[in-house]
Amino acid sequence: MRFYEYESKALFEKRGLPLGPRHLVTSADEARAKAAEIGGSVVLKSQVLSGGRMKAGAVKFADTPDEAAAHFEAILPIEVRGEKPHSILVESKSPIAQEYYVAVTWDGRNKKPVVIFSDMGGIDIEEVAETHPEHVSKTNFSSLLPITPRLAKEAIGAATVSGSDLNKLTPIVFELMKIFLEYDLTLAEINPLARLEDGSFAVLDGHIDMEAEARGSHKALLKELGIGDDETRQARPPTPFEIEGAKVNAVDHRGVAGNVVEFDGDLGLVIGAGGGSLTLFDAVRKHGGKPANYCEIGGNPSQSKAKNLTKLILSKPGVDKIAVMMNVVSNTRVDIVARGVIAGCIEAGRDPSEAIAIFRIPGAWEEEGFKILEKYGVDYCDRSVSMYDAAGRAVAKMQAGS
Amino acid sequence: MPGLFIDVQVNADVKGDAEIARKLEESCSVDIFKATDAGVEVVEANLDECVLCDLCLAAAPEGSVRVVKLYEQD
Ligand code: SF4
Repeated sequence: MRFYEYESKALFEKRGLPLGPRHLVTSADEARAKAAEIGGSVVLKSQVLSGGRMKAGAVKFADTPDEAAAHFEAILPIEVRGEKPHSILVESKSPIAQEYYVAVTWDGRNKKPVVIFSDMGGIDIEEVAETHPEHVSKTNFSSLLPITPRLAKEAIGAATVSGSDLNKLTPIVFELMKIFLEYDLTLAEINPLARLEDGSFAVLDGHIDMEAEARGSHKALLKELGIGDDETRQARPPTPFEIEGAKVNAVDHRGVAGNVVEFDGDLGLVIGAGGGSLTLFDAVRKHGGKPANYCEIGGNPSQSKAKNLTKLILSKPGVDKIAVMMNVVSNTRVDIVARGVIAGCIEAGRDPSEAIAIFRIPGAWEEEGFKILEKYGVDYCDRSVSMYDAAGRAVAKMQAGS
Repeated sequence: MPGLFIDVQVNADVKGDAEIARKLEESCSVDIFKATDAGVEVVEANLDECVLCDLCLAAAPEGSVRVVKLYEQD
């Protein structure tokens, strides 16, 4: 569950991190008044959950209160990736000498939290990691054992920061690590964390994601921040395609098939099983494929559920083929999914042998499933073909246009 | 609409039997049989949901119900 910037900053401030004066405003008059109260130059920032505010023109600097009011009017109608602003944050414009990046997140590969630190803040950290890897440090720590400031110091030092900056940054990074653990966060990020011209440090932008399942454990904090129980905090509202997918899933209690996330590619995905969705989605991208959607199927969905999901995906403009792929399944019937996706193709007016780029679901009742696939001429493979290679076969077909 | 993958056939001599109809309805987890006043009715819309459990075969006199895998036929 994502926090708005002003909420992230409220939590950082509560924990003693350094922040400048700021106010949340909802009208141009208020923007003018608060800019005057702060004094000097200010920055107005749209409060949205998605990234890309700067590019969208939803962050503007103002030198006078009147300019702040005008910028409020200009920012308010701007949608950032389809999301309207919740409000606008007015804060003092800080004279920056150096920008740093720090985030604490979960490292799935090492199964531990990780501090990511860079002395090249203010820009996309993934870009920095690619172009200047020596300026990014990654330091794992235990979520079970006590943590100490030494770990924070190590993380900062590993990004070649030393001297007074190292000493001043250490308590900030250490506090961020504690916040991450204490509130069951999946991401606690400050970018940029700035050294100002007077040598002090300030959090200029912050980003927090809390584990959705942990909401119940942190009701007091959420109440304090004004986050209601019913706020889903998705980065953007669901698309009509996603709403239809949810309906497909909700109409039948058997298994899962229909929770989709829309993307703008041409290869529809019917994927799932034990983390298989993420692996398969990544594999398709790694092979250069362009997924039209993400989805999760599993838990033995009914034939009609698999059919309706297939029909929905094939109805998406630009989707030429689907790839039906899962990890090895023990509690999902291969033959039932095969019946579902083939029936979905036929009802969508498509030839299953053309529309299904690959069917790779090994597991329960696979022999029966393979008979069905053969009958309809669908290209399939068993567990001797890895998920990665199956995804590659699907992408190759898309690229060959066959 | 008949099933694409599965057909279920019930012999005429047991079709009108209310007791067999009730047993068939009870035995099938995916609602392929419906017991009516006239006996048993096969619900075509659900045919492709058949999980091939054979419980219906055990609920009716031997040979009176057949579950046909259409994909095994030429
Ligand atoms: S085999 Fe099982 S699922 Fe199929 S019709 Fe008979 S009872 Fe129903």
